[in-house]
Amino acid sequence: MPKLLNLLLAVEHGMKKPVWDCTMCGQCVLHSTGMTCPMTCPKTLRNGPCGGVREDGHCEVKPEMRCVWVKAYDRKVSLPLPTVWKEHYNDLRPPVDMQLKGTSSWVNLITKRDQQTPAGWAKRKEQSGSH
Amino acid sequence: MSKLRDLLTQTKDVVYTAEFPVIDGGGMEQVKKNVDRLAPWFVAVNATDNTAAHAHASNVSVAIAMKQHGLEPIMQIVCRDKNRLAVQADMAGANLHGIENIALLTGDDVTAGDEPETRRVFDLDGPQAINVASILNAGTYLSGRKLNPAPNFFICSVENPFAPPHDYRIERALKKHRAGAQMIQLQIGYHPDRLEKFCAGVAATVPGLAIIPSVVLIKSAKPLSFMNDKVPGISVPQEVIDRVAQSADQAEAAYQLALEQAQHALSLPGVRGLHITDFRHDETLERLMRDLGRTPHQYT
Repeated sequence: MPKLLNLLLAVEHGMKKPVWDCTMCGQCVLHSTGMTCPMTCPKTLRNGPCGGVREDGHCEVKPEMRCVWVKAYDRKVSLPLPTVWKEHYNDLRPPVDMQLKGTSSWVNLITKRDQQTPAGWAKRKEQSGSH
Repeated sequence: MSKLRDLLTQTKDVVYTAEFPVIDGGGMEQVKKNVDRLAPWFVAVNATDNTAAHAHASNVSVAIAMKQHGLEPIMQIVCRDKNRLAVQADMAGANLHGIENIALLTGDDVTAGDEPETRRVFDLDGPQAINVASILNAGTYLSGRKLNPAPNFFICSVENPFAPPHDYRIERALKKHRAGAQMIQLQIGYHPDRLEKFCAGVAATVPGLAIIPSVVLIKSAKPLSFMNDKVPGISVPQEVIDRVAQSADQAEAAYQLALEQAQHALSLPGVRGLHITDFRHDETLERLMRDLGRTPHQYT
């Protein structure tokens, strides 16, 4: 089993690194963010753009780079992505679980490990309905 | 007791908020001077958290000092410098001292400040931090561990309807509202059309979310050019800069611009008040407030 996990990890990283500059956060949300990785935002914002986006749609921190969330929003609107993915665009995504760094998000998806959140977060989600 | 919450939830009154000047010197005397200047006009004032990525006396300490001097704070917590433990510690500390208004912000990047070599944190983002405040309001930390007594935070946030992607800014404000924000202060902006669209969009979906646009008092065209060139997220159209720059009396033209902005903003749906940044120009602040029909100490 560990061999299979290592293989999956290598395949996932091999695919995602060149295309999305994947940092292996282990809790992939690409499908819900217009196939744009929020971890490439210098502030690693997973819930939308900060207020510092420049008039030309570029990043506050890296002026040469287009804002990740400007790109994500354009793609969410224009790409023929499954409706169910688009519906998740405005989800309140929980804080990154730093314990998953360097693990395979595919495995974490199958085992639902990537859906585990701290007890306080989970309880609020339950009480306030779906975010 | 949050007077800010009471006014917004139980009355139709217009609320005015401001920015408390950063404290780098002058001790408590300086705090008192600032309170004396601002208290006559504002129901609550932002205690900032290392604003523009410069270190200053801390958010919690300034909020406590303001409260001691009789001015209601809106204590900001910024995600740039603090991980989730430190953010929750600020919240628990605010609760300990009876501070109820808190504002959660993602924050400027470290590169905006005078120590750009700093490690940026952003362990939480703005919407997540708002949700964490809601979790504390329900009586536990993020982990589920009990916090007793539970806080009774009036949760505020900030949005910039003037920065791209413009259409998405409405959805982002609504997300913050779902996370628990009840009031939203807006970034300074010089595109009235974008402000109109944002307010209409937000008010149509959640009429209860109090929108507080910002107005900045300046004395010439220079700060307009500075903001346009140097502050990411703020764009000032050339014709606005020219209008002030080409006027025979720049100070007067800049004042008239601010007054127009204020009156326009107050006419929009969902807008419950204004946030005034004044760079300590006492006489213009009083003039603006009086021109908006205010008299001193209306909140006391």
